[in-house]
Amino acid sequence: MSLAIHGICVIDVLRNPQAAFGLSESQWSVLVAQARRANLLGALGARLKAAGLQVTGPANRHLGGALQLSERQHRSVRWEIYQLQGALGHLEIPVLLLKGAAYVMSEHAVGRGRLFGDIDILVPRAALGAVESQLMLHGWVSAKTSAYDQRYYREWMHEIPPMSHMRRGTVLDVHHTILPLTSRNAPDPRQIIDRAAALQTAGLCAIRIPCPEDLVIHSITHLVHEGELHNGLRDLNDIDCMLRSFGAAPGFWNRLSAYAGGNDLAWPVCFGLHLVRSVYGTPVPESTLAELAPNGRAQQSARWLETLYSLALRPTGQFEQNIATGLALWLLYVRSHALRMPMHLLVPHLARKAWMQRFPAKGQGEK
Amino acid sequence: MPSKQRSRLIDTILHIPPFNVRVRSPFAEVARHLDYFYTSYQRYGPDAFIDFDVQVLHGKGVRRWWRPQVRFLLDAAESFFPLPAQQAAPMFEWGLNWCIATRPLGYLVMHAGLLALDDRALMMPGIPGAGKSTLSASLCLLEGWRLLSDELAILDPKSGQMLPHPRPISLKNASIDIVTGFPQARIGTVYHDTRKGTISHAACPPDSVAASSTGARVRWVVFPRFELDSASSCEELSRAEAFALISEQSFNRERMGEVGFDALCSMLTDARCFQIVYGSTSAGLQLIRDITLS
Repeated sequence: MSLAIHGICVIDVLRNPQAAFGLSESQWSVLVAQARRANLLGALGARLKAAGLQVTGPANRHLGGALQLSERQHRSVRWEIYQLQGALGHLEIPVLLLKGAAYVMSEHAVGRGRLFGDIDILVPRAALGAVESQLMLHGWVSAKTSAYDQRYYREWMHEIPPMSHMRRGTVLDVHHTILPLTSRNAPDPRQIIDRAAALQTAGLCAIRIPCPEDLVIHSITHLVHEGELHNGLRDLNDIDCMLRSFGAAPGFWNRLSAYAGGNDLAWPVCFGLHLVRSVYGTPVPESTLAELAPNGRAQQSARWLETLYSLALRPTGQFEQNIATGLALWLLYVRSHALRMPMHLLVPHLARKAWMQRFPAKGQGEK
Repeated sequence: MPSKQRSRLIDTILHIPPFNVRVRSPFAEVARHLDYFYTSYQRYGPDAFIDFDVQVLHGKGVRRWWRPQVRFLLDAAESFFPLPAQQAAPMFEWGLNWCIATRPLGYLVMHAGLLALDDRALMMPGIPGAGKSTLSASLCLLEGWRLLSDELAILDPKSGQMLPHPRPISLKNASIDIVTGFPQARIGTVYHDTRKGTISHAACPPDSVAASSTGARVRWVVFPRFELDSASSCEELSRAEAFALISEQSFNRERMGEVGFDALCSMLTDARCFQIVYGSTSAGLQLIRDITLS
């Protein structure tokens, strides 16, 4: 499957930075626009820099600007993690960092140049009340104000409503598990918490990073259940980068399939591995795929789904979102909702959201 | 009218230093605006690099005809509320300002008028209404200064140079009449009832456009404050005070982290900083002459 537009594709250049050598100005234009839209501009800048490729001409300031922004964001994330330690340290519970924050704090290559917005943490569900009140004491407030939104998150979701800091404006997502409570797969967050490791950094004794296998499993689970795929290529790039580096460790692939299978996530992980292999060409052992593979009928639907994702994740330049991509995006959006909630909850929920958007309640700043 | 608008569809890559801007629009008003203010700017073919891919489009659905609107898109994404269609050309100017202020390109972008004598630059940061556009227009149209920008001062941290970004000068309310009276002034269409009141634009002087590849270093920072009929006053500020005041008028210093901080510090190293209060344009010009000739 060719993903190239005007003979250039951000995925090819991420995989092989030398492909950027000798590009014309207009090709650089396309590459930068694709990378920006996929939220991969910082990662692309970091990859080219690491490969020692000197970018000359106007593309350089776009790549350099994104790298600079990512450095600033990483500094701000580190600061926030110290604030979290200060707010939650005395509760004596493990506070796991997920996704971007975990990559930055563990100084893994996957974090290089990565741009992100929110900080995601995972805490034991029993401690949720204490965590939330400590965070409120330290200046974080709930960003969702309507009673319905509050109930939606608290009863059905895997996280409490996003909190933002009053002064610093940073947004924090506090998770107690990794998938909505109403979804079909029911992973046990305890397993992930028990396998997590403390940071080596002094002064951050409450902070934990999931083990490499769980980092991959969570990233894949998130991608496969996510309805809006605007960060899909970025997330796949994270997964590719982790697999290429963790995959070399002895026993990694065995542990990956054991942890995924043991936590009701065999199917999503199997699908995610197929997808990253097809889009990024990531080396994945056949034996791992075979171990995680579902039976006949599910395999059929997985093939369909892979086609849908590949279409939806096609890097787009300035304009070229065609009908197939649009349809694929819509189908995946619908699918994510069907995965998230059973029909008898989903239909009233979507009707309610549509009503709230059309007729926003007075005095509430939300759409 | 719609058929005439369609026949004038613009799709061009304009070099508005230091950027290449692709402009697409079906609006005749935008075409006229570009013809009037950007004639001498270089235009490129499809082989050029594009820094900002901009579209100025009709409103969606019934808003195409009923109380027609205009939308501004960067990279095919819409980040503003639409405006009445008559304001298509001002929306292009405002939208482009927003593009430059928000996209991280490694430049420190400040809200300030910027002029130069040779390679010595005068920077006038200020809140809207402080008079920086009127003073900028007066300095370049009456006093022979080179205009780098009336609104966006762009600092390149690598070279320490201010980069010229010549665009039409945006004029508001009373300043339109003042600048229209200048002998060299070329004033465009007047737009009434915008969110900034009555607005118009004055063309950037041709010499300034021609010299747009030449940067300058900040020698003077002047914070102007216009108070009708007040007596002139001038007070020198410490660099620390100036740093704090400019930071308030910077769009992206915070986001640029350490690089932005260092760039602003070194910009101020060679500069003297003043706060002026003036009651008329001629009094303001006299204060600036006193500062820059001393």
